[in-house]
Amino acid sequence: MALSGLQIFKLLPKTNCKECGFPTCMAFAMQLAAGKAELDQCPYVTEEAKAELGAASAPPIRKVIIGAGDMAVTVGEETVLYRHEKRFEHMPGLGVLITEDMDDATVDKLLGQLKDMEFNYVGQNLRPRVAAIRAADPAKLAALAARADSAAGAALVLINDDAGALKAAAEPLKDKKPLLYAATEENFDAVAAVAGELGVPMAIKADSLEKLAELGQKAVDADLKEVVLDPSSATLGDVLMDQTLIRRAAIKQTFRPLGFPTIGFPCDMTDDPMLEAVYASVFVAKYAGIVILSDLDPARVLPLLYLSQNIYTDPQKPMQMEQGIYPINEPTEDSPILVTTNFSLTYFTVSSEVEASKVPAWLCIMDVEGQSVLTAWAAGKFVADAIAPFLKKSGIDEKAPHKKVIIPGYVAQISGELDEELGDGWEVQVGVREAADIPKFLRQWSAN
Amino acid sequence: MSFTAPIEKTKGQIREVEIGSSSKVGGESTFPFHLWEGEMPNSPMVAMEVYDEPQPEWPEAVRKVYEDVMDDPVAWAKKCQDEFGADAIVLQLRSTDPNGTDASPEAAAETVKKVAEAISIPLLVNGTGSPDKDAEVLKKVAEAMPDRNIPIGPVDDANHRLIGAAAMGYKKPVVAFTSMDVNLAKQLNVLLSQLGVPEDKIIMDPTTGALGYGLEYCYSIMERDRLAALVQNDGKMQMPILNNLAPETWKAKESRVTEAEEPTYGDVETRGILWEAITATALLLSGTDILVMRHPQAVELVRSAIDGLQAQAKEKIAS
Repeated sequence: MALSGLQIFKLLPKTNCKECGFPTCMAFAMQLAAGKAELDQCPYVTEEAKAELGAASAPPIRKVIIGAGDMAVTVGEETVLYRHEKRFEHMPGLGVLITEDMDDATVDKLLGQLKDMEFNYVGQNLRPRVAAIRAADPAKLAALAARADSAAGAALVLINDDAGALKAAAEPLKDKKPLLYAATEENFDAVAAVAGELGVPMAIKADSLEKLAELGQKAVDADLKEVVLDPSSATLGDVLMDQTLIRRAAIKQTFRPLGFPTIGFPCDMTDDPMLEAVYASVFVAKYAGIVILSDLDPARVLPLLYLSQNIYTDPQKPMQMEQGIYPINEPTEDSPILVTTNFSLTYFTVSSEVEASKVPAWLCIMDVEGQSVLTAWAAGKFVADAIAPFLKKSGIDEKAPHKKVIIPGYVAQISGELDEELGDGWEVQVGVREAADIPKFLRQWSAN
Repeated sequence: MSFTAPIEKTKGQIREVEIGSSSKVGGESTFPFHLWEGEMPNSPMVAMEVYDEPQPEWPEAVRKVYEDVMDDPVAWAKKCQDEFGADAIVLQLRSTDPNGTDASPEAAAETVKKVAEAISIPLLVNGTGSPDKDAEVLKKVAEAMPDRNIPIGPVDDANHRLIGAAAMGYKKPVVAFTSMDVNLAKQLNVLLSQLGVPEDKIIMDPTTGALGYGLEYCYSIMERDRLAALVQNDGKMQMPILNNLAPETWKAKESRVTEAEEPTYGDVETRGILWEAITATALLLSGTDILVMRHPQAVELVRSAIDGLQAQAKEKIAS
């Protein structure tokens, strides 16, 4: 059973030496309790304390890093089943399957996409990072792995049943931390030995959770920490069941043999590329750490990356837009000026209605720490003496010298005061309360 | 250390609400698709939306599907029923929007009647979210269709008395709409039941955010709704959930911009269909009972996802 921070603190040296990286033993204890630090970080911990803390100190789901540099994928370290309880930590690593049967042009295309594909969404760069190389021929496995590394710097998953083949492909790239896939009931000892020797992560695979847990126990006994689980779920329903039960066992029972991130292969579950994307979305929403697709068609990758971001965004911290002027529908100096807050939902709702109206407009987004219009107004952040300086400094009067500013209908009461604060030349107009009414409002608006 | 599957039995159960003459939604005694530890007697309903006036601004991918029926809601509804196998039709009374065509309640009720008579699958009627106008329109709809079990909505805290009274008078289920808040949802359910609306005639619409446009809020609100209903056994939260997702996903920029405009985004039709199908799948996982959808291929994908999610090797964890 997990210990509290205070219980852990009693077992620490209480010297506040800071060598663990935290300012005090108490702070370290709290991090241990939260599963965010490892006991090994304390150089002075006694054997006695180690034994007592052992089970309680490691994170319930181990951190695993695959790949290196910008393309590295960090997974694991999750502490909850529901995202409203606490932020999900690490977005799953999305990737593509590359096989020995593919022709050179296909491999080049996929690696080119891995290298270049990147989407910016709410200030975050989202991209696929993983190349899963599946080859029965050991020479081809090694060659494709080397190619995926040099051409794309991809985080690698090496797929072969034979420990020797995995070793040959992984050894030259061991600093890039490729994931060996997979240790099974048949080859566990051999693959685990390679993972231990090269210091690289290893996947374990079985066709039931009981058997997977047995392999997990062997990995724990061998002191392997970087392990990834594949429960080989046969159907989408099994994916949900297996992922849920693994997450519950790890978090609610602190069951170490399953306390690792998971990998899933929607690419192997259906031949229909559209359905594969839908299947992949279940892996993304339901706890998977690595998700492998059959190709990287951007129209199918984009929604999956957005879903990862949505599910893994911090629910306590509203998504925010950057403060600034957003031109919509190519506005000119006679186009209307709208002002609202930088809560991402507010921005999305308003901007999509403005876009739909087809009326060119300037949308001024003011930083109020990501609050909605009414919340920010109530908190004194979206009020006349804050909005006026923002607008004056924004440079909007150069882009649209008519200086007529439309404020959200919900803050109609500040219009007089804002008029005063803005001073001569500016004019405050009260807009609509609901975003859905924006198109009609804009179509009727005129600068004169 | 040997593995014992961590099964969680829940105390509460979602109420079953009857729609039309023989369809039911809700009834779950477990989290979405957790068939290994509870029951989900009714598959989520995949409804398709029909508009009572043409939608010329839709993206090409959906416009071309309905081009031939856009000005005829009856033909549109039949197309969804006969060609696309919709479980139900949601008639979106967009023409009644006071900021748009502002059609009369009588005209809207007439359309509802024609559509209802033309189809054999259940019908649901959705207003425009304008509280005063919806109250007039939905009252008229209820009056005009005394013998049909047609859910009407959206009902919000501003018009719940008026629409609630009409719904009780004509024995119609209601769709109770709140904006992304567990407590507001519960409060509206309480208000409606205090008014006398039977609890098995309330469906909740928690507000739907599309993928990339607030989906995560809606996802977590629905998860919390279900925790309240199932784990805390809160009777005022045990209502089935409806997600009116199609208007949201097809409004998203990512469903609309063409590959010519955004070369890195890939084919716009594929993207639009997946935007709808993946939003719907996330809603399936967080607790929806009724999905309101638009593109037939997205509907097809979501049906496959539902079939897939229901296929579970329960014997693997036989407890």
